[in-house]
Amino acid sequence: MNMKNEAGSKDVPAAVREDSDLVQVLDAEGNVLPQASVPDISDRQLLELYETIKLARHFDQRAISFQRQGRLATYAPMTGQEGSQVATSLALAEQDWLFPTYREHAAKYAHGMDLVSLFEPLRGYRDGYAIPDDVNVMPEYIPIATQVPQAMGMAWGHKLQGKTDTAVLCHLGDGATSEGDFHEGLNFAGVFDVPAVFVCNNNQWAISVPRERQTASETIAEKAQAYGIDGVRVDGLDPLAVYKVASAALEKARNPGPGELRPTLIESVQYRFGAHTTADDPSVYRDESEEEAWRDRDPVDRIETYLYNEGILDSDLESEIQDSIEQEVSEAIETAEQTETSPDNIVEHVYEDVPARLEEQRDELNRLREKYDDGAFSEVLE
Amino acid sequence: MSSTASTQTGQNAQRLTLVEAIQDGLYTEMSRDDSVVVLGEDVGKNGGVFRATDQLYEEFGEDRVIDTPLAEAGIVGASIGLAQTGMKPVPEMQFMGFMYPAFDQIVSHAARLRSRSQGQYSVPMVIRAPYGGGIRAPEHHSESKEAFFVHEPGLKVVSPSTPYDAKGLLAASIHDPDPVIFLEPKLIYRAFREDVPAKPYEVSLSEAAVRREGSDISVYTWGAMTRPALIAAENLSQSHGIDVEVIDLRTLSPLDVETITNSFKKTGRAAIVHEAPKTVGLGAEIATTIQEEALVHQEAPIKRIAGFDAPMPLHSLEDYYLPQAVRIQDGIRETVDF
Repeated sequence: MNMKNEAGSKDVPAAVREDSDLVQVLDAEGNVLPQASVPDISDRQLLELYETIKLARHFDQRAISFQRQGRLATYAPMTGQEGSQVATSLALAEQDWLFPTYREHAAKYAHGMDLVSLFEPLRGYRDGYAIPDDVNVMPEYIPIATQVPQAMGMAWGHKLQGKTDTAVLCHLGDGATSEGDFHEGLNFAGVFDVPAVFVCNNNQWAISVPRERQTASETIAEKAQAYGIDGVRVDGLDPLAVYKVASAALEKARNPGPGELRPTLIESVQYRFGAHTTADDPSVYRDESEEEAWRDRDPVDRIETYLYNEGILDSDLESEIQDSIEQEVSEAIETAEQTETSPDNIVEHVYEDVPARLEEQRDELNRLREKYDDGAFSEVLE
Repeated sequence: MSSTASTQTGQNAQRLTLVEAIQDGLYTEMSRDDSVVVLGEDVGKNGGVFRATDQLYEEFGEDRVIDTPLAEAGIVGASIGLAQTGMKPVPEMQFMGFMYPAFDQIVSHAARLRSRSQGQYSVPMVIRAPYGGGIRAPEHHSESKEAFFVHEPGLKVVSPSTPYDAKGLLAASIHDPDPVIFLEPKLIYRAFREDVPAKPYEVSLSEAAVRREGSDISVYTWGAMTRPALIAAENLSQSHGIDVEVIDLRTLSPLDVETITNSFKKTGRAAIVHEAPKTVGLGAEIATTIQEEALVHQEAPIKRIAGFDAPMPLHSLEDYYLPQAVRIQDGIRETVDF
């Protein structure tokens, strides 16, 4: 784990050593590696990638701060993982579907959700889960790995109806690979050869449990072999490498070559720079020095350096982008703070029509609200 | 040494919160019996996401306080296997809303191995799970699905409402020869402290507790709802002179039918308070049991004050979903005024 890189100056996490089978485009600083092929991507797309990653970093910092101010409830930070989230989503075609977990805020935004809807559930409102018809994102999955068989099923449904131009991209974490649903979903995906790409965001930690405690396998990507599908490991802190790998996997999902199966398991090797959630304290269970080695490979810095090297970005444009991002995030939280809902919402949408018995329960609540007042319901229960 | 236990030295009792009493209970039982092991997600180095297993890893080591892969079916299935070797597993499910992958292992095997084998095999095991709402948590973190487990023959289901009971009921559960679903009301994990003996003791799994004696109506509840029920009882005593008896069931399966019916025979009126959805919640079983055992004493319809027949809302609306003192008071008055 403490193997030094060639310069001998820093620890390089074993999981991202450049001599491994890991797909990388950029080195730790953001320079293109010798022999690496840069994905075919326009300057405009590169700037979109950069802007979205920068926005994600800012969103994350602000969300943590809003949580501390009591403006949001429990939040799952994504610092260090934004590059991979944004790159996978920008690799999607508009018609493709995204299955996010509770940590994929940036992935959702990059595939069409607005920031207000990201904030709303964190403020206790389901409105943000009412995702518009033209945005192909499922509401976030919180029970671990449950999305995997469902993503397979959606891809299967498309295939059975001849719509193999639509791929499904499903996020999961390293912890999720221990759940039965992971096995069942990937097994089905291989058996029925569906147009699905499973992205395991291996951030090395499932709350306090390290990756080594989830599986005795050397890598997560190698689990794909058991399902007869392709497994790829990519440097998840290298947005260009992730974009390249995700694009190729999505293309294969739609148009497999002779003898190729459509599904792919991508292991995006990352690190959870922050806490599991704002309710978690990583100093209890992990060594801070481990984080430092990964911080040296920060995806924001790497894509920024690359764009500067290519002459696509300069300091004026960088500060213009930063200003615009800050404004977008502060407008979004202010809008989200206007969201209100009636207690009637408790009974709505449980079924398409509200059953009579549930109507009675709603009416009884409203009778009590009139008789007393709403303040009587917000007394602390304990 | 456990931070909690270390303060016990030379003392007979200490002031503990409910979650500290759970930790102290685990510490006490693990100290007395090497076969007791704790396993689950984040129970080891992290000491549990609610700190219920704090310091146990340091005290008892990684072979008795085991961080497992993230797999609830694996945790419970493995625990059933461990129990066959004479060990006493105490698996933790991180939240009740994440228990469902383990449901098959619980209902198909933990609950039935004894009857399947005509007593040849059994599953002494305690599955701990925080449950209930009111903590402003994300979706799936606020469920009260005790009825799923009460419905399953072969399981015992326990839910403490005080620190003293938490330690004593946990000890009785660990000593019990059958599988126990031990549901911890996380809303009141840190709500208050009370004296908890340092020495080992049990609170019986077959006795409900009369928390407040009264003559006008019996209120049946458990877990976190015990507190608002007691508040409602005090308020009504002062404002309307209504004398409310509050019964904390403590063990939800098997029910203490004797205490339930004796109270009702005295008061002739009943209200049942639970967080879970009303339909087929445990209130239905209690109301029917009362009617079977004490119909002739009944003076008013039995009232259920419960969660809605709807999924737990996100936290902006959870105060309206959960039975609050105001709803409990109104329900009691309606029943008494019938």
